[in-house]
Amino acid sequence: MPHDLARAALQGLLTRTSVPRDVVDYIVYGTVIQEVKTSNVAREAALGAGFSDKTPAHTVTMACISSNQAMTTGVGMIAAGQCDVVVAGGVELMSDVPIRHSRKMRKTMLTLNRAKTLGQKLSLISKIRPDYFAPELPAVAEFSTSETMGHSADRLAAAFGISRLEQDEYALRSHTLAKKAQDAGLLQDVVPFKVPGKDTVTKDNGIRPSSMEQMGKLKPAFVKPYGTVTAANSSFLTDGASAILIMSEEKALAMGYKPKAYLRDFVYVSQDPKDQLLLGPTYATPKVLEKAGLSLSDIDVFEFHEAFAGQILANLKAMDSDWFAQNYMGRKSKVGAPPLDKFNTWGGSLSLGHPFGATGCRLVITAAHRLKKEGGQYGLVAACAAGGQVNDAVLHMGP
Amino acid sequence: MSHLGCPRLLAPECISQKYAETAENSFNTSNIFSLGYACRNISTSSALHNRTHVSCDIKGDVAVVRFNTPNSKVNTLSKQLSAEFTDVMNEIWANEAVKSAVLISSKPGSFIAGADLNMLEACKTAQEVTQLSQDGQKMLEKIEHSPKPVVAAISGSCLGGGLEVAIACHYRVATKDKKTVLGTPEVLLGLLPGAGGTQRLPKMVGVPAAFDMMLTGRNIRADRAKKMGLVDQLVEPLGPGLKTPEARTIEYLEEVAIGFARGLANKTVSAKRSKGLMQRLTDYAMALPFVRQQVYKTVESKVQKQTKGLYPAPLKIIEVTPLQGSGSSFGQLAVTKESKALMGLYHGQVQCKKNKFGTPQKEVKTLAVLGAGLMGAGIAQVSVDKGIKTILKDTAQKGLDRGQQQVYKGLNGKVKKKSLTSFERDSILSNLMGQLDYKGFEKADMVIEAVFEDINVKHKVLKEVEAVIPAHCVFRPVTPPLPHPQHSIAAASKRPEKVIGMHYFSPVDKMQLLEIITTDKTSQDTAASAVAVGLKQGKVVIVVKDGPGFYTTRCLAPMLSEVARVLQEGIDPKKVDAISTAFGFPVGAATLIDEVGVDVATHVAEDLGKAFGERFGGGSIDLFKLMVQKGFLGRKTGKGFYVYQEGVKNRSVNSGMDEILEKFKVPANPDVCSDEDIQMRLVTRFVNEAAMCLQEGILSNPVEGDIGAVFGLGFPPCLGGPFRFADSYGAQQLVDKLRKYEAVYGSQFTPCQLLLDHANSPSKKFHQ
Repeated sequence: MPHDLARAALQGLLTRTSVPRDVVDYIVYGTVIQEVKTSNVAREAALGAGFSDKTPAHTVTMACISSNQAMTTGVGMIAAGQCDVVVAGGVELMSDVPIRHSRKMRKTMLTLNRAKTLGQKLSLISKIRPDYFAPELPAVAEFSTSETMGHSADRLAAAFGISRLEQDEYALRSHTLAKKAQDAGLLQDVVPFKVPGKDTVTKDNGIRPSSMEQMGKLKPAFVKPYGTVTAANSSFLTDGASAILIMSEEKALAMGYKPKAYLRDFVYVSQDPKDQLLLGPTYATPKVLEKAGLSLSDIDVFEFHEAFAGQILANLKAMDSDWFAQNYMGRKSKVGAPPLDKFNTWGGSLSLGHPFGATGCRLVITAAHRLKKEGGQYGLVAACAAGGQVNDAVLHMGP
Repeated sequence: MSHLGCPRLLAPECISQKYAETAENSFNTSNIFSLGYACRNISTSSALHNRTHVSCDIKGDVAVVRFNTPNSKVNTLSKQLSAEFTDVMNEIWANEAVKSAVLISSKPGSFIAGADLNMLEACKTAQEVTQLSQDGQKMLEKIEHSPKPVVAAISGSCLGGGLEVAIACHYRVATKDKKTVLGTPEVLLGLLPGAGGTQRLPKMVGVPAAFDMMLTGRNIRADRAKKMGLVDQLVEPLGPGLKTPEARTIEYLEEVAIGFARGLANKTVSAKRSKGLMQRLTDYAMALPFVRQQVYKTVESKVQKQTKGLYPAPLKIIEVTPLQGSGSSFGQLAVTKESKALMGLYHGQVQCKKNKFGTPQKEVKTLAVLGAGLMGAGIAQVSVDKGIKTILKDTAQKGLDRGQQQVYKGLNGKVKKKSLTSFERDSILSNLMGQLDYKGFEKADMVIEAVFEDINVKHKVLKEVEAVIPAHCVFRPVTPPLPHPQHSIAAASKRPEKVIGMHYFSPVDKMQLLEIITTDKTSQDTAASAVAVGLKQGKVVIVVKDGPGFYTTRCLAPMLSEVARVLQEGIDPKKVDAISTAFGFPVGAATLIDEVGVDVATHVAEDLGKAFGERFGGGSIDLFKLMVQKGFLGRKTGKGFYVYQEGVKNRSVNSGMDEILEKFKVPANPDVCSDEDIQMRLVTRFVNEAAMCLQEGILSNPVEGDIGAVFGLGFPPCLGGPFRFADSYGAQQLVDKLRKYEAVYGSQFTPCQLLLDHANSPSKKFHQ
């Protein structure tokens, strides 16, 4: 269950940071598809991980940026003087999602609960028809538009004229870089997880650098038969959990910690969920830079959530277009595209996988690790989410 | 609020639905032959020809043929376009380097909207039209048998001849948006698909579906077309990229189509469609002569029943499907007077979809509707779904609830028909604010009042509203067919220049007509604003001057009075209905009174009788009064001339009426009581009154008169409206008839001066 994964992430955090459990004032977790038994998964996981039962916990949801929301919620609480130490994180268990009974069946079952006599119960049961048993799966489509995200990504890629070849090349780059980073031992944020009854998972198992030729053989997954988004150039859905320790500077220093990174600033932006579902980073990046008083060239490390190769490339093109900036963003000029040599150089969601609610923390901590490794000052994290929403944050290595 | 019931009359389906889409894309071809318009996409080979309507780009081994009628919103199959198209195709066939071709439009909103109507109308003889049709057929046959595959890339309207071009191609790719519609609307213009559609369409979608398309002329959306097998691939419209969504979408459509063209040429794509089980079954069944005959018989009898044999086109369509050589039939149909009448209506409708008062100073963004009755809620429904914020105000919670439910039901119906998503429905409904007070009226740009039809109530409401609305706000009393001259309402207003009348027809979401009434005090901008709102609501708008009964009600009243007299003369309601529908009215005359409501009819007759005197006499008003007394108000009370029961289709004559009709019986004069005479008595009074409205300046032109009569009152569309009927029947003949009846019944049939003028100079026509 999801709280098991979350518990492992929390325990990993405790081990890595050696933070005393009773110092933690609050826990916030992000998740997208809720397990009905643990709707406040933050609390269940915290209790299971041995945190103090005096530490309150709540769960937030904001599609793929749920753990971003968890982190910024924690930051907000610290800024408001509510807490000094917050643990934030996210969890997603894509291999087991709640599947519901049909509405008719649910209604019958609920009425059955209230039926008093055996006769009433039997008459209710006798009304059940075969179609009552058709299950209802969690929707993979956008509620407002009924369009799946892959379909939207394919249209977005087409709108920006991004070819299949470009997308496959970018996906291959992601896998190649992830493999390199993994082999070099750079992905230090990973905590091994013992799957009950099975082997321990010690590393990301979705990294598969393939060849352009092999990728080229795949059929389009969404816009059939002529689309460009395929299984190979999309991020894949995995199980995963993440956790991050957030403190006020004074508290951290007082406790003798050296911060991995400072959160300089962040923004949330949203736009049209139909045609610009995944175009959020384009809108959010100039905003967060302005807010932080920086320009694109100040950024040493870019860490963007790779939902689809086509989506990343579309965003890069949009950010590099004056026409787009003027006509759709109300800006005088473009913000510019991040240089690729600073962009997702340790792989991304395309190669590492995308456990919805957990991805945000991975992006942030990878950016911090990259800054440290490469000796940079500023990092920029961006992630888009269902509903046409987006979070952009600037990290800072500190004084 | 049923007393607000306006004539609940549906113009025959063939007129009401169809042109809605095409009207915007008017067949505007006035400048079609203007030369010297440089086309952007001239390829090297065509540069010599200086083509203006069709261009050709060679992209690798694929030729991209672009249609672009200059200075027009839509492409039409004009002589020029057809000639250039033939030219370009011949070049493509001759060019060894080209292996396949894509046909596409340079206009995102229109592939080809059909044949050039002006070209057809300019033809003097059936032979000329037949020649045009046969030339088109030859060209399309060449495309069908082209050794190089041809792909149609369809974005926007693909209608009539445009669809015939598309189905002659080997493959079709269409944009899946609301603007992209496919159809064969020829029947609505009294024509048939004249360029091979009657043969190719049945092969493609099966005979039953082809009949449905050709006989109703309905527009088919791209996604439905895909399911029917009418198009092979869909392309989703794109959002903003590095170009505008429209520009990039059509470019993308072209790219996708080129891909398929290449695939067809090198045989990696097959044009063979796997037919569904249902279609294979129907195809199999239709191959059996017995089944085939049965289907044809059923279709024909249905058409006979619906058209009463008044429309030659549908019968012709059945006759020539799926045979070869519909060219001569096309030619014959094009010169019929029915076709001329329907084309006249088409042009008239296009004219009534334009705002002759220009753009209003301030766009109406917030609308307030007073009264949540049938009418008020109907107006709210057609406003919210166009993005107008609408306040729906009533005085009682119950009435308000009913009204809000009506709006919801109307929109939800569209969800069920899949023309809206449930999310779109919800977001449209967020534009609707139901309330009992005047909150928010200070933001209203326009107030439409649809309250109790009583002049004192209207005055009171006006005073209340004027106290809360901003200075620019327009006040528009909705005007049911009762004669409350607008100037009496304007008289009570502090700002009469902002008062304007509107006559919606019930049910508002179905009836296309809106009659707008101006007083001498109404300002130009107020009129512009009212027309703009009407057009936004999707209405065909006519603007008339103020006067008792305005235009539509005034024409209808004398006819209804004559119906009463006919009934009094002992003709039973069923017979009255039969002879009026046989003339082409969509609803029988007796049924019409039931639908309008006997109480309303009484009111109208009384009030207009007071205003116009003897001319509006005829049937006894006491007959109606007694019916009202007995509770025979028509459909709304379940009893009128007929008995109306839920779920009973074949309604019976109300036996309670026997006694009443007996009581008011008058002797009939056999000289004027043949079926034809009865028809003419009804129609001549209608036409005479319409002419009088034009003579008095209530109407500003005959076109609006025809449109108002057909779309608002169901005047037979095959006759084109009262004025076109006067032209085709002959003013002299009309006057002769009127004189004949005048001799029997007196001044009700006295022809008006305008008709006499036309009769005296035969060259004078209402429509040139």
